[in-house]
This record gives sequence, C-alpha cells and structure tokens, in this order.
Amino acid sequence: MALQVEDLKVHYRTTKGDVRALDGVSFSLADGEIMGLAGESGCGKTTLGKSLIRLDGRMRHVGGSAVLDDEELPIGDDRAMNARRWKEVSIIPQYSMSAMNPTRKIGKMTAELLRSRRISYRDIEDELVRRLELVGLSSKVLGNYPIELSGGMKQRMVMVLSTLLDPSLLIADEVTSALDVTNQKAVAETLVKFRDLGFVKSMIVVTHDLSLVYQIADTIMVMYAGRIVEKAPAETVIKSPRHPYTQALIGALPEVGLEYGTERLRSIPGRPPHLLDPPTGCRFRDRCPLAFEQCAEEPPAVAVADGHEVSCWKAAN
Amino acid sequence: MSADLVLQTEIVGKRNEHLYFALRNRKVVIGSSIVLALLLLGVVGPFFLSSTPNEYVGPKSAAPSGDYWFGTTYFGQDVFAQFVHGLRSSYLVGALGGAIAFVIGLSVGFTAGYRGGLVDEFLNMITNVVLVLPALAVLIVISSYLEVRGVVSQAVIIGLFSWPWVAKAVRSQTFTLRNRDYVDLARLTGKRAPQIIVREVMPNMASYLLMAIILLFGGAILFAAMLDFIGLGPTNAVSLGTMMQQSMAWSALHLGLWWWFVPPGLAITAIVGSLYITNVGLDEVFNPKLREM
Amino acid sequence: MGRYFRRKLLIYGVTFVIAVSINFAVPRLMPGDPVARMLSRNKVANPESSEAMRAYFDNVFGFDVPLWQQYLNYWAALFKGDLGVSVYAFPASVSSVIAGALPYTLALLLPAILLSWIVGNSLGAMAARNKWLDNGVLPVGYVFTAVPYMWLAILLAWVAGVILGWFPVAGGYSFALTPTFSWVFIVDLVHHWFLPFLSLFIVALGGWAIGMRNLVIYELESDYANYLQALGAPRRLVRRYAFRNAMLPQITGLAVALGMVVGGALVTEVVFAYPGLGSLLLSAINNQDFFLLQGILLFIVIGVLVFNFLADVVYVLVDPRTRLGLEGGQS
Repeated sequence: MALQVEDLKVHYRTTKGDVRALDGVSFSLADGEIMGLAGESGCGKTTLGKSLIRLDGRMRHVGGSAVLDDEELPIGDDRAMNARRWKEVSIIPQYSMSAMNPTRKIGKMTAELLRSRRISYRDIEDELVRRLELVGLSSKVLGNYPIELSGGMKQRMVMVLSTLLDPSLLIADEVTSALDVTNQKAVAETLVKFRDLGFVKSMIVVTHDLSLVYQIADTIMVMYAGRIVEKAPAETVIKSPRHPYTQALIGALPEVGLEYGTERLRSIPGRPPHLLDPPTGCRFRDRCPLAFEQCAEEPPAVAVADGHEVSCWKAAN
Repeated sequence: MSADLVLQTEIVGKRNEHLYFALRNRKVVIGSSIVLALLLLGVVGPFFLSSTPNEYVGPKSAAPSGDYWFGTTYFGQDVFAQFVHGLRSSYLVGALGGAIAFVIGLSVGFTAGYRGGLVDEFLNMITNVVLVLPALAVLIVISSYLEVRGVVSQAVIIGLFSWPWVAKAVRSQTFTLRNRDYVDLARLTGKRAPQIIVREVMPNMASYLLMAIILLFGGAILFAAMLDFIGLGPTNAVSLGTMMQQSMAWSALHLGLWWWFVPPGLAITAIVGSLYITNVGLDEVFNPKLREM
Repeated sequence: MGRYFRRKLLIYGVTFVIAVSINFAVPRLMPGDPVARMLSRNKVANPESSEAMRAYFDNVFGFDVPLWQQYLNYWAALFKGDLGVSVYAFPASVSSVIAGALPYTLALLLPAILLSWIVGNSLGAMAARNKWLDNGVLPVGYVFTAVPYMWLAILLAWVAGVILGWFPVAGGYSFALTPTFSWVFIVDLVHHWFLPFLSLFIVALGGWAIGMRNLVIYELESDYANYLQALGAPRRLVRRYAFRNAMLPQITGLAVALGMVVGGALVTEVVFAYPGLGSLLLSAINNQDFFLLQGILLFIVIGVLVFNFLADVVYVLVDPRTRLGLEGGQS
C-alpha cells in the first residue's frame, strides 16, 4: 500500500465559519496505481490533492491521517512536510503555464531549487537532460526563460521538474485543463509513461474530465460535497457505476463516437449543498432521484465487489 | 453545469455582502468618517461664519482663543473662517477635477480596450504622452497665463492632465473582460458597443472604478494645493493651498504664527490620508482574500 | 528589444513635440496680450529697459508673419538653444538663468529620488514579511504619501529651523559667503541642502514602501511562489525571487512618479527659498516672465524624458521579458 488515507478532515477558514471542504475522507492507493479523482468543482478534489502536499494559508488540518510508505505525513505541519515535498510527494500544479519564475532561466531556477534542498545539480543534470529528451525537449530549454517556451513545452518541463526526484506519490491537479486536445492526450500518455518507467510510484490525477481519466487511470474515485461517494476500477465506474451521483455524472458525459442526438446530455438538476453547514445524512439526497427515508442517515462505504466501494443505501442493498 | 448556478446566486447577494463587509471594516469606517466630517464642516461651516473669510476682523497675529478658534493671520483675518472656506474649495476641486479625469480616463480606456486595433494604438499613444508629461509643470505654465483663475477652471485643467493611469488600467481590464462569454452574448444579440460597455463591462469592474475615483479625488486635492502654493490658486477665493502660500509670504514661520500654516496642511493630509486608508479598506472588502480572518 | 526602444523613443519624441507646442500655443491662444501684461509689470521695476524689451518681443513673437511660420521659427530658435531673454533677469538669456539654477534642483532631486527608492523598497520588502513591522510601516507610509510636499517642508523648517535652530531655513548658502571650492563653503552648502532634501525624501519614501510591500505580497501569492513551496523550497529562496520580481514594476514606477517628485521639488524649493528651478519658477510667475517660465517647463520636460529613458534601459537590463521582446513592451 503506497498511500493510506484515514478519515481526513480539512476545513477552510472564512469569516462566516469553517467550510468543511474535506469531511472524513478515507481511501487507499496501491503501489503503481493511477487513480483518477473526479467530481464537480467545489467537491473537494483539489483540496484533497493539496492536503497531501501543501495546505494553503486558509486550509486547516482538522483530523485524520495520511500514511505514505508506512510513514505518516505531517499534513498540518508545514515545516515537517517540507522535507517530504518533492522527494516523496510531488505535484504537477493546475497552473503549469505560470509555475516557473518568469525572470530566471529554467536551468538556473532548477539548480537554485535543488541547492536549496541540498541536492547537487551536477549529479542530477544528466538524468534531467535524459528525461527532457524523453518528453521531447532539448537540453537547450534549460538556458531559456519560461516565456520562450510554448504552452505544451512549459507543461512538459514542469512535469519533468516535478518528478525529478522520483517521488513516491504524484498529484496531477487538472493538468490538462489549459491545453488543447492533442496536447491533452500527449500529457496523459506521458503520465502513464512516468509511472511505467518508475519515475513515480503512484499517482492521483485530479480532473473534472472523466473521459480523459478513463484512458489512463487504473481506478477512479468520485467525490461529492467533501466526501467520497464511489471508488472502483476505471472500467467499472464508467460502464456500471452504482452511486446515483456517479451515474448522473457519467450521464452528463458526451461519449466519444456517440451521436449527441440519440441520447441527450443530461445535466444534474440542483446544486451541491453548502459546506459551511452541510446537511446530515447523504449529501446528494436533495438532488437524488432515488432518495428515500433512510438517506437521512449517513450511508457507510460498502464494498459491493472487489475494489468497488459505494456510499449509498440503495446501491448497498 | 451546477458550478454556474452557484456563481449566479452569489452575484445576487454580492452588493449586500459588500456593504456588510464595508460597514464592518475598520479602515473603511474610520477613513470615510474623517473625510465626511471634514466635508460636513466645509459645507455647513460657511453658513455660520462670515462669508468673506478675507475680511480683517480681529486683532493681528492672535493665537487661537475662544473668539478665534484657529487664531488670526498677520492681518487679523480669522483663520478658522478661512480654513472652513478652504475645505470647501478643496473638496470642490477634488470632486470636479477627479470627476473630469475619471470621465476622460474611463472613455479613453474603454474605447481603447474595446475597439483595439488602430484606435487603441492611437489612444494608447496619447495616454503615454500625457503620462510622461510632468503634469505640475504644464499646469503651472497654463495657469500662469490665465488672468482670472477660479476653483472651477483649476479643477478642469487638473482633470485634463491626471487621467492617464486610469485609462491604462481600464484599458487592460476591458481587454480581459472583452472576450468573456457574456460580452460575446451581448454582441451577438445586436447590442451596440456603448450599451455593452455600460451594461456588461462596467458593472464587472465597479469595485475597481470606485477605488480609482477615490484616488483621483485625493490626487486632485494635492495637485490643487501645490498650484495654490506657488501662487496660481483661485484669484477670488480662499483655499487650503492659498492659506499656506499667504502664511509663507508673510513669514508666519519666523513670526511663529503656526496656527496659520498647520491647520490647512493638516486638513489636506487628513483628507487625502483618510481617502487612501478607505481605499485599502475597500480593497479588503472587494477581495475576500485580503479580509482579515 | 529594438521594437520596445523604438516605441518608447517615439512616445518621448511625441511628448517633446507636444510640450513644445503647448509652450508655443498657450501664450498665443490665451485671452489678452501677455506681452503687454508682462511689460506693464516691468515698466515700474526697470523703466530704462522697457523700450528695448518691447522691440525685442515684437521681433521674437513675430506677430506679423503667419502662424505656421511663427511655429517653425519657434522650433528653429529652439534648436539653436535660444530660449529667449528673461524679463526678470533682463538682459540675461533664459538658458543661462536656468543653467545657474539647475544644479541646485538636481542636487535635491537625484539623491532624494534614488535614496527614497532604495530605502522605501527595503522597508516595504521587510514589512511584507513581518506583521509587526507592517502595522507600523503601512499607516506611516500612507500618511507620508498624503502629506502635501510643501507642508512637510514648512513643518521641518519650522521645527528644525526656527524652533530648534539646527538648520538654516532659507537660501542655498549663507549670504556672507561667496561660492568657492572650500570646505567652509561646501559644509555650508550641505547644511542648507539638508532640510529640503529630507522633506522631499520623506514624502517620496512612503509611496515606495507601500508599493513594494504590496508587490512583494502579491508575488508571494503568485503561481511560481506556490509551486516552489510545493516542491519544498525554503522561504528564503521564495522571498528572494519575489523581491527581485517585485523590483521590476518599481523601476517603471520610478519613471512614473518622477513628474510628481519634480513638482514636489519645485514647491519645496519655494518654501526654503532654495535657489533652484522652483524658486526661479516662482520669480518667473511673480514677474510674469513667460520666456523664463516656458524655458523652465522645457527643461523639466527634457529632464523627465531623459530620466524615463534611463529607467527603460535599466528595465530592459533586468527583465528578460522585455529583452526577449515577447511579452514586454507593455508601454
């Protein structure tokens, strides 16, 4: 087991009170597993990604734990986390286009960053160049400023940089949302390649794009309103989802090769509950077509098949 | 899908929310209170005091007392009466000069940002030129040729030379807003450019524009005070700047008549400083990120 | 890069032409007869030169030739360095009168601008990382920027000059001394220089500190700072980058703020009767000496343009974005 997350709770502090962005999240990630993390915006998927590497200023670790390679990650302790970052946990951020200091040459910035972590740039330079070539970048980019690179090149540069120290866990946060379709596919394939070559052990791919994650992920986990609703192998989630929310999400997905006319795209009526004061019981029940009395109680996560967990009374019975 | 729904409902409640936070923000409350209090003094004061603040009413060079709250000048004019009238003209210059600069900056910025192309090139050039011109020096030359100078004419020429930074900022904001979906939609439904700008683009930078007005207001007051101090103030009225100029001209410094030159400068500092503080507070109100938690 | 400079130079060129044109147009468009006004003022002061002046001005303004020719003549004279003759210091030429005052103004302006920039930026950067310092720097900074230049000058003159008697409050040097290159004179010069300098320095300081503080905070929240921290970079490195990047807009800001500081220097000189362009300007206004007035404006414009250009050069040297000519040129 590469990663074991247990009842993780992370809140956002606001003037109106705590927003429970992650409200008791438990899951595990196997060695070599690529897990897609899907859900609507605001469901907590980005928060989950960030929690595992660096909480931003307003986020607070309230409870729960994350164990990576048998060692607990000090999530709430920024200083203690620092030693783990990049070496054990790394991230490819949403904003790869602007992730590099615009006024430093890329090679120099990399060297300075490495030196600040007490790693010799010399020792690692050959490997860096090799990996750049692997993603189709020449070593010349190290002498360039970020603005001299195209969007796709910047994305690849950041991918190489983030994985340079062979982290055990990589979080890829909406990495494809800023790219065009061709680049999206290339990036997705590169992620798989990195896993296959052992640059990273396991990976969480945060995305709202289910069709993309279906191509590369081994498993898919779906979140709703700060909780996990379903986790299963990618094939299962797409082909035979059990949770009504997952079903609605899949229903909202335009299928490749399918005529738009034959089956109308369905959007999910209503909107997610406010996480400042979330309702008790199942959080999807106000929008759920199948809701009944029991949904007022919180549904437990039930394994309906091997590796397939669902939090829904209807699906469990 | 539902993310859009969330956004829409948030916009409805936004105005009230801003007002709510504005009234609870210490900087906004204190800053605007000082500005409004001095404004009130400038507006109401003259009705209770002599309408001719330059009249020789009392003993010469008298220190502040119960009769003359801020003392008297070297000639026996009531400093408090002058001060109150000066406040009035300062606010007038600030409001008028600021408004003129705002309207010009807004029109130039919107037009340049919305039209783009050659129009933008041309307007951008003008903006840059006026930006580089040392405004005070130009204002001095123009003012010195005017035989009769009033508060209004002063405000006009100040307004004519202090708009560039607003135009620049509005231009770049318009650039980013121009390509948003709702603007495209409005364009598709056949609305004309001015309509689109007023209905769709402006509301989306309302907070920004409010802050620009405040800064222009303060800037115009400072500018006017400097012109007045060089002796290019209104020929027929008292202003805070002319008070300082007079006090210097009649060596209040060496005679120790501090009550003559301290109040006007203090008032300007208080007004402009409070405006800036209000602005910082408003920034916190409009950008939830900056709100103290 | 070439494009960037061409653009900038074009702007400066146009600005210069417009400034000269304003100079040309204002006396001709304004109601009344400025020459007559100017002369009537002076008749009382020095009647013997009045006749010579009248003849001179009629000739200079050349009211008998068409307007476009007047305009061309104006430019021609300008390129010969002929700014006319001062009325107030008749028959000295405007150029020589200005040349006498310019060193004093530069001696005030340059140190005040550069030092306030350096000190203000350092203070601002420190405030951005220290809450306690921030609470002090911010309010004081706002008060400084809100103070009218001349009022602070008056207060300093009053407190440090009149009450405490530490510094002289008028003139560029003691009347008893004649300008020589001696220690006594230099010390006296510095003694007179200090208060006006301090006053300019303080007012300008606040703006830089606030600007830098906001910029550094903004940079610390930027994407690259976040990414660096996510990769475990120590605060030191992130701050170094943020500080360096925040400096860039401040260099442009230096050029933008210049117009205001020059204005501040003018009024500060008036307060201290410091013999620079500001005091000269006041004399020109009081004596309705329009040639001198316009000459001063022209000098200020040229100075500001040169300074702007220098700031551009520095900016290009430090910001790769403009150097590469891709994203830069945000003129």
